[in-house]
Amino acid sequence: MTTESTTEKPKTKGFALLSPRAGAAFLTPAGLLVAVFVIAPFFWVIFVSFTNRTLLGRTALNPEFIGFGNYLTLFDFDNFFQRGQFGFSLILTVQFVLFSALLGQALLGLLLAWLIQTVPPTVKRITETFVIAAWILPEVVIGFAWFAFLDRDQGTLNMLLTSVGLPPGDFLLEHPFWVIVFFNTWRGAAFSMMLFNSAFSSIPPSYFQAADVAGASSWQKFKDIALPLIRGHIVTDLILITMWTFNTFTPFLLTNGGPSYRTELISIYNYRVAFRDFEFGKGAAVGVIIMLINLAFALVYLSLGRKKRKA
Amino acid sequence: MASVEFKNVSKSFGEFNAVSNINLSIGDGEFVCLLGPSGCGKTTSLRMIAGLETPTSGQVMIGGDDVTYLHPKDRQISMVFQDYALYPHMNLADNIAYPLKVRGEAVAKRHGRAKEVADVLKIGNLMDRLPSQISGGQQQRTSLARALVYPSRVYLFDEPLSNLDAKLRLEARGFLNHLQRDMGMTAVYVTHDQAEAMALATRIAVMDQGKIVQYAPPIEIYRRPATTFVANFVGNPPMNLVPVDAIQGDGQLQLRAEGLAIGALPMSNGIAKALETGKTLTLGVRPEHLLIATEGSPNKVSGKLFANENMGPESLVTIERGDGARVTARIFTDDHIQLTEDVTLSFLAEHVHLFDSTGKRIPVDNEAPLA
Amino acid sequence: MKLTVPAFLGRMAFSALAALIGVVFALPLIWFLFAPFNARAELGLAIPNPWTLSNFFTVFENKFAMQALWNSLIQSVGGVILVGAAATLAAYALSRSSIPGKGAVTYVLLLFSSVVSGSAAMVPIFLIVSAAGLMDTHLAVILVFAGGLLPTAMFILRDFIDSIPKSYEESAMVAGASPVQAFFDVALPVIRPGIVVVVVWAFVNIWGSFLIPFILLRSDTNMPASVAIYSFYSEAGTPTVTLLAAYALIYSLPVIVLYLFVSWKFGFRFFGGIKA
Repeated sequence: MTTESTTEKPKTKGFALLSPRAGAAFLTPAGLLVAVFVIAPFFWVIFVSFTNRTLLGRTALNPEFIGFGNYLTLFDFDNFFQRGQFGFSLILTVQFVLFSALLGQALLGLLLAWLIQTVPPTVKRITETFVIAAWILPEVVIGFAWFAFLDRDQGTLNMLLTSVGLPPGDFLLEHPFWVIVFFNTWRGAAFSMMLFNSAFSSIPPSYFQAADVAGASSWQKFKDIALPLIRGHIVTDLILITMWTFNTFTPFLLTNGGPSYRTELISIYNYRVAFRDFEFGKGAAVGVIIMLINLAFALVYLSLGRKKRKA
Repeated sequence: MASVEFKNVSKSFGEFNAVSNINLSIGDGEFVCLLGPSGCGKTTSLRMIAGLETPTSGQVMIGGDDVTYLHPKDRQISMVFQDYALYPHMNLADNIAYPLKVRGEAVAKRHGRAKEVADVLKIGNLMDRLPSQISGGQQQRTSLARALVYPSRVYLFDEPLSNLDAKLRLEARGFLNHLQRDMGMTAVYVTHDQAEAMALATRIAVMDQGKIVQYAPPIEIYRRPATTFVANFVGNPPMNLVPVDAIQGDGQLQLRAEGLAIGALPMSNGIAKALETGKTLTLGVRPEHLLIATEGSPNKVSGKLFANENMGPESLVTIERGDGARVTARIFTDDHIQLTEDVTLSFLAEHVHLFDSTGKRIPVDNEAPLA
Repeated sequence: MKLTVPAFLGRMAFSALAALIGVVFALPLIWFLFAPFNARAELGLAIPNPWTLSNFFTVFENKFAMQALWNSLIQSVGGVILVGAAATLAAYALSRSSIPGKGAVTYVLLLFSSVVSGSAAMVPIFLIVSAAGLMDTHLAVILVFAGGLLPTAMFILRDFIDSIPKSYEESAMVAGASPVQAFFDVALPVIRPGIVVVVVWAFVNIWGSFLIPFILLRSDTNMPASVAIYSFYSEAGTPTVTLLAAYALIYSLPVIVLYLFVSWKFGFRFFGGIKA
């Protein structure tokens, strides 16, 4: 801050709305919290992943440094692809991201955002409400809702299927992977819908009116005008939903990772190793690999964001 | 009220020099306009008076005190911002009275004073409204009221009228002129609108690329523009500038250019000096000094008719000379002029401005000072 | 405007498709509209006969269930206050101060916050909390959520503050206000809508979260509703449907109310930032 009197020498050069010292003070509380609960865990998890630390027993207090031991166990190619092993979870998660995020959420969100532009307000509002409700309600509630929905004997889905003459099924037991794919698509489509919706509404209406005048069909307007203009939003959306879906734990609330590890996504695998088998070292190694994959996506995303800002 | 002075002030933002070594002295009670195109450094200069920017080098003085590094709050100045900066969560009374609040005045007293000022500005009946509930013109007057509510040493205006539509802008301009006559305040007013500067200022500082090109009363800026830049910037439409070849002989000066016929001019010391640096001069004639030529006019410029715009009391006639350059004349007549395809315009020798090859005005010998 | 027949049919098809998708999204939730009010509710869809609030009364009498809601409230409100205050100060500094390296700070924050996800950081967070002796406390949950949500909250708020003209504070200072006065009198009220959005976003996140309290809390008296809801499952894993339905509805209510509040107050567009 500058001095009161005109004759005194200034303490700092340059006026700013907030002086550097005040700015540093303002940043301190957030800085401490983030340092302890975000940045420290990042480095700590790397450290722990090189030890044989457990929750209980001798190695809980005095863990030993075992080098890449945990990683070697994870990448033991004798059983890498077996159910309940790291490789199985990793590949399952990749498929899960591919089907539920990239195909499911993004495409459905895009379709919904486009439909909503043109349909009557009542249809728009009702559809929007349910799509957003699926996204906004607490995950445990959603997990239970789907549990009831899919129940073999009484669930709403089987009731509907039998009423139109189709055979009922015990989907959680027979097709658990597809259940969590549909579940996650349903749960997360709202984000893509809203992102694309705001992208579409940022396009000046005159662009579409000009196309109308030129005689373009709805499909042509979508393909030739809307899509190219929202390309940046699509990339943003794909990266964000990929990262979120890759890390999601919510399917655990519907399937517990089962039956027999068939829906054990990498986050659920990580949880089981660390907190059910109590192998912290190995769990930390899984965490490190998850973070490395996250880092790759985050760097792509941030570099794209920087480019956009410069342009 | 107080004087303002810039002493060798420079301000750079990284590589960019916004203001380069300017010196400017604004007397107590003067209304000075900083005029120039965007990016010329005028707003940066104003913000250095306010304390919102700190000079890279040099001194800013208010009332003889060095305020270069003084915090804005301690400068006892007021400022009207381009976007008005009215606080959206406060009603008009609280907005106008805010400077009194931070000075520790009691509620009743400060609202009383705010009402007085608001009444003068004809917004006294809107004191309970929020800024979002009043018109653009009323918002402008509210921000003016907030600047006037406490005694200031200097009043700063950053393009205060640029967000108003044309009609309101004229009205507000007239009011500011009245206020200046009434209060005799020291004011620094930034604008890119030359008409606004001409109408309001006691002196205008024309700025270009971080430098002051000319600092003079409006009439001098208009009649004796120091450079082609000033000539081109002040006046609407701007002065016609025609590059001419100068040929010296017999104590006389001949000027040659495509489509131009001009009688010989007497040589002067100024011209002689200008010709030392280059034989190509620039001839300038203001559009309002051009007429449709009649038989026997000595100074003429001719070309093909390009446009003929009737503005009501006047017509703007633009011709295109053989080399493609255009010349515009402001012809004062209520009637729409009928013109053939070829048009010749004429002008008097006394209305000729001459600039040397670097764009500087060539002074006439023994030039009398302007009143 | 007069529509041609194909254009009209096209519109009808669009509407039908949008409505169909809406129905598909509604199906898993419809059960929640009926079961809480049905004293004999089961997993099947059935219209209550008669409609009753008895399930709710049973929940209200369940001390553990009510305690869990209260715990959720403590943890959410605590976290929200911390996130709101710390994020506002930090975002203001990132936007308005002349601290060198502001851009780098923001970049690093964003990078870390997207890399360190809840599930990947489970182990070290558990270890840090237990090393700090905060295991099984509300404070542990509050601090962990605050740290995790802060980077995004700061980023949203910094963007919001960046979009506010600096002339607000500048005019206050020219008028004689100190930086502190300008912050509290002018900047804070103008930033308030942004703070509200961030606070609602943080609340919805903490209120609905399962994993963090599930790992960090042990005793029944500290459990938030998201974890406690599993107490309505019997040992064999079959749910007490009537209570679960009513409790889930009560537990969802704050989220629904906040959603309605934000969309009423700020409209749809702000929801891009809500929940991540």
